[in-house]
Amino acid sequence: MNLLTSVTEIKQQIIEQFEKHADELYNGTGNRINRFRKQALDDFNRLGIPTAKNENYRYTPVDRFLQGSYDLDLKANPFRIEPEDVFKCNIPELDTDVLLFLNGFYYGSGRPLNVPDGVVICSLNEASERHPDIFQAHYSKYASTSEDGLVAMNTLFARDGIFIYLPDDAVLRRPLQIINLSHSFNNLRITRRNLVVAGKNTAASLVICDHTLCEQSYHINSLTEIVLDDHSHIDYTRIQNENNLSAQINNVFVNQQSGSLFNSHIITLHAGLSRNNFYVNLMAPFCESNLYGLFLCDRKQHVANYTLMNHDSPDCLSNQLFKGILDDEATGTFNGKIHVRKDAQKTRAYQRNNNILLSSASKMNSKPHLEIYADDVKCSHGATTGQLDNEALFYARTRGISEKEARHLLMYAFANEIVSEISVDILRERIIEMIDKRLRGELSRCNNCDIHCTS
Amino acid sequence: MLEIKNLHVNIEGKEILKGIDLHVRAGEIHAIMGPNGSGKSTLASAIAGKDIVEITEGEINYMGENLKDMNPEDRARKGLFLGFQYPVEIPGVSLVNFMKTAINENRKFKGLEPISASEFLKMMNEKQELVGLHAKLTSRSVNEGFSGGEKKRNEIFQMAMLEPLLAILDETDSGLDIDAMKIVANGVNKLKRSYNATILITHYQRLLDYVIPDFVHVLYKGRIVRSGEKELAQELEEKGYEWIEEEV
Repeated sequence: MNLLTSVTEIKQQIIEQFEKHADELYNGTGNRINRFRKQALDDFNRLGIPTAKNENYRYTPVDRFLQGSYDLDLKANPFRIEPEDVFKCNIPELDTDVLLFLNGFYYGSGRPLNVPDGVVICSLNEASERHPDIFQAHYSKYASTSEDGLVAMNTLFARDGIFIYLPDDAVLRRPLQIINLSHSFNNLRITRRNLVVAGKNTAASLVICDHTLCEQSYHINSLTEIVLDDHSHIDYTRIQNENNLSAQINNVFVNQQSGSLFNSHIITLHAGLSRNNFYVNLMAPFCESNLYGLFLCDRKQHVANYTLMNHDSPDCLSNQLFKGILDDEATGTFNGKIHVRKDAQKTRAYQRNNNILLSSASKMNSKPHLEIYADDVKCSHGATTGQLDNEALFYARTRGISEKEARHLLMYAFANEIVSEISVDILRERIIEMIDKRLRGELSRCNNCDIHCTS
Repeated sequence: MLEIKNLHVNIEGKEILKGIDLHVRAGEIHAIMGPNGSGKSTLASAIAGKDIVEITEGEINYMGENLKDMNPEDRARKGLFLGFQYPVEIPGVSLVNFMKTAINENRKFKGLEPISASEFLKMMNEKQELVGLHAKLTSRSVNEGFSGGEKKRNEIFQMAMLEPLLAILDETDSGLDIDAMKIVANGVNKLKRSYNATILITHYQRLLDYVIPDFVHVLYKGRIVRSGEKELAQELEEKGYEWIEEEV
C-alpha cells in the first residue's frame, strides 16, 4: 500500500491553500505581480507537480519531499527579529553588501548599500510599484508558466524577493550577498521571486546563501529571472545549505544579449531535495555563459541539476560542468541539454558531468544531451560516474597517508575543479573551507556552516 | 630488517608466489631479477600491503613485526617505501600538496608537529636537486602529464623526501633512457646509509652497472631459484633467462 499522498492530492492542497489566502495575497502585493496569478493558477491546475512521467523530472521524486502539511507566510516578520542584531554575517574579509531575506521576505540591509547612483536594489514587491516600467518590461516575461507546474506555482504565490536594476554602465564594486533564511515553528511553504535587470556595460557579482535555521521542513520555490543587456557581466554564486527535510526548487531564467557574460556556480552542500533548473537563452552574438555546479550529498538526499542552454545566435560560447559526490542512499540527476539553432553558426558549446559514488546504495542518473541544427559548430558532451580511484588511494597510502586522508584528498581534488573557477578570492577560499568540512563530515547541519549568518 | 619466510601469495585465487625466502639487512642492496610474470611485482605489492594480495602461507617480518595485518600507511610510516612500476596519476592533487600531506602524516605518526612552511620548502628544493626533478612539476597534479622519465624521477624524489628505511623500487629503470637511469641510480646511491636498505626489482641488468647490489636473486615462476652476488646478474645478462629455465 502506498502511504504517500499522491501528486493530485498535493496539487489540490496547494490550490486550496491559494484560494484560502488569495485575498490576502492580492491585497498585500502589487498589481504588476498579481495580474499573472490567474494564468498561473490555470497552468498549475493543468500541470500540477511534475512526476516521473515528465521526462525532465523523471528521476526527481518531487512528491516525496512535499508530504505533510505546510503553512504559508503572507506577512513579513512574524517573529519580530531584529535582523541587524541576529543576522551578522561574519566574514570579515569578505567585503560584501549584505541583504537579508527571512522566509522569502525582504529584510534589507543593516546599513546603507554602497552602490552607484541609479542602481536599484530593493524588495520585488516594492519595485513593482516604484519602478513600473522596468518591472513590467521583464517580470514573468522569461519564466513561462505554461510548461512547468513548479514555475506556475511560483508565479501563483509570488509575493516578495529581490529586485536588482543596474542602469547602463553601472558597476558594483563589491559582491552583493543575499542571505535567504528559513525559520519558523511550523513547516512552511516559501516562495522567492527575484528579478535582475542588468543594463549595457554593467557588472555585478551576486552571492546567494540559502540556510535553514531550524529543523522544520521547508518547501522552497525560488525563481529568478536575469536579463543581461549588451556587454554586461553577472556572476551568480549560490551556496545551498538547507536541512534534510527541506526541498528547494530553484528555477533560473537567463536571457543574454550581445557580448554579455554570465557565470554561475551552484554549490549544494546540504538539502533534502535540491533541484536547480537553468534556462539560458543566448539571444545575440558573442555571448558567453558558464554554468558550474558541485553537489555533495549523503543519507537520503536528492540533488538534481537541469540545464537548457539555448544557442539562438552565432558566435556564442557556453560551458557546463557539474560534479557530484554521493554517499549512503543519496541520489542525484544531471539532465543537461545544449540546443543549437540553425542560424547559430560558430557556436562553441561544451558540457560535462562527472560523479563519484561512495556507496553501493547511492545512485546517479545522468543525461547529457546535444541537439544541433547548425553545421559549423564545436560541441561536446559527456558524463562519467565512478568510484574513488583505488590505485590512487593505494599509492597515497604507500606514502604514509591514511586511508581517510587519502579519500579526502581525492574527493577534495574532484570538487576543486568547480570551486577553482570562482573569481572572488576570499569567497573561493571560504567555500573551499566549507567543502573541506563537509567532506570531513564536520558540517553536519546547515546552521553550523562557516558563514555564521547568526551571531 | 626484512625477513620473508616461505611466502605464498594468491591474487584472485591464483597462486603467484610459491614459497619465497628473503633476508635483507640494514646497509644492503638486493636486486631481484626475473622474466615477465615471474612474480616480481606481486612480491613488491605483498610487502607494501596491497589489498588484492592474499597471503596463504608464510610471513613477512619487518623490523621484527609481522606485516600481515598492518595497513599500507602504517608500513610506510615505519619506513617502508614502494617505488611504483607504473606511478599513479592523481588529477587535481598537486605534487607539493601531496608531499606535504605525506610528510605531515608521517610526522603525526611520530608525534611531531606539522612541518613549517620554510622547512618544507627547503626540503623540497634540496631533494628536487638531488634527483633532477624540474621545479615546475611540483605545482602540477601528481604524475598527471608527466613523461615516463619524469614519473620515475618523481618516485625517487618522493623516496628522498620520505627517507625510508627499506625502499622497494619496482622496475624504476624500465622505460628510462641512459641519462635518466643514471640520475635514478645516482639518487639511490646518494641516499644509501648504513641503516637503510634497498630492493631493486628489475628485468634488465643495465641498472646494476650504476647501482652495485650486494645480492642478486633470480625469481622464476614464483620462487627464488638462484641467489648470489653481483656476478650473477652479469651471468644472467649473458646467458639469458632461458638458462635459468634449463637449470630449473
